[in-house]
Amino acid sequence: MIDTTRRTLLKGSLAIGPVGAAVALAPGLLLAGWNQAAFESQDLGSALKNLLGSSAPETNDAVRIKAPDLAENGAVVPVTVETSLPNVTAIAIVAVGNERPLVASFVLGPAALPYVSTRVKMAKTADLIAVVQQGERSFSNTKNVKVTIGGCGG
Amino acid sequence: MSDIKVRAKLDGTETVVKCLISHPMENGLRKDAKTGELVPAHFIEEVVCKWKGEVVLTASWSGGVSKNPYLSFKFLGGAAGDPVEITWKDNLGQSQSETAPIS
Repeated sequence: MIDTTRRTLLKGSLAIGPVGAAVALAPGLLLAGWNQAAFESQDLGSALKNLLGSSAPETNDAVRIKAPDLAENGAVVPVTVETSLPNVTAIAIVAVGNERPLVASFVLGPAALPYVSTRVKMAKTADLIAVVQQGERSFSNTKNVKVTIGGCGG
Repeated sequence: MSDIKVRAKLDGTETVVKCLISHPMENGLRKDAKTGELVPAHFIEEVVCKWKGEVVLTASWSGGVSKNPYLSFKFLGGAAGDPVEITWKDNLGQSQSETAPIS
């Protein structure tokens, strides 16, 4: 009796397995819901890959990232990302030095302007990267922030 | 009493929305200073911002966003009096919502 229940459970989890994997592989920014793979990535490369699919973002000065040169408190670093690029569908903020580099991603609706401002934690002095997605392509820009007091481990 | 403060202001053709949410935003990696044990993760995963029922911005966050998060964004088409609704949901399934008119 117990064994049959166990079999059913196993079959059930097997059935869910491939579907879950397919969802995780789809380019994350356009996907509704929380992108667990991207947010739990522990290095920059895999975080961006999980977020954007395969494409690596191109550096573009039209992406403007505003953050202090020197943050006295790594737990609260104000960041503003803005761009003059048209048809932006999503914006992401990455703190390279954090244990979980991807901090936030924003999906813009049709009415939204390509502008977001928030406050992030930074574990140590590192680059902040703003990634802007425009359809299939993505662009980024980097700003180094010196952190004088440690953050919260990001 | 809601823990979300929302201000939506018309600036020419743009509506500027600023909001402040009360939330601990624990990333699950920080140790308690007294006990030395990890503080369990408790952070907002998703913030949905709507204008007249239309989704303007969906934010997905990790625990890397600062405690008591601040979020500001802009959109086109808003008129004075239109409702702007902010809803957040955290990793423990809690959620909260607040609506404010554009001024």
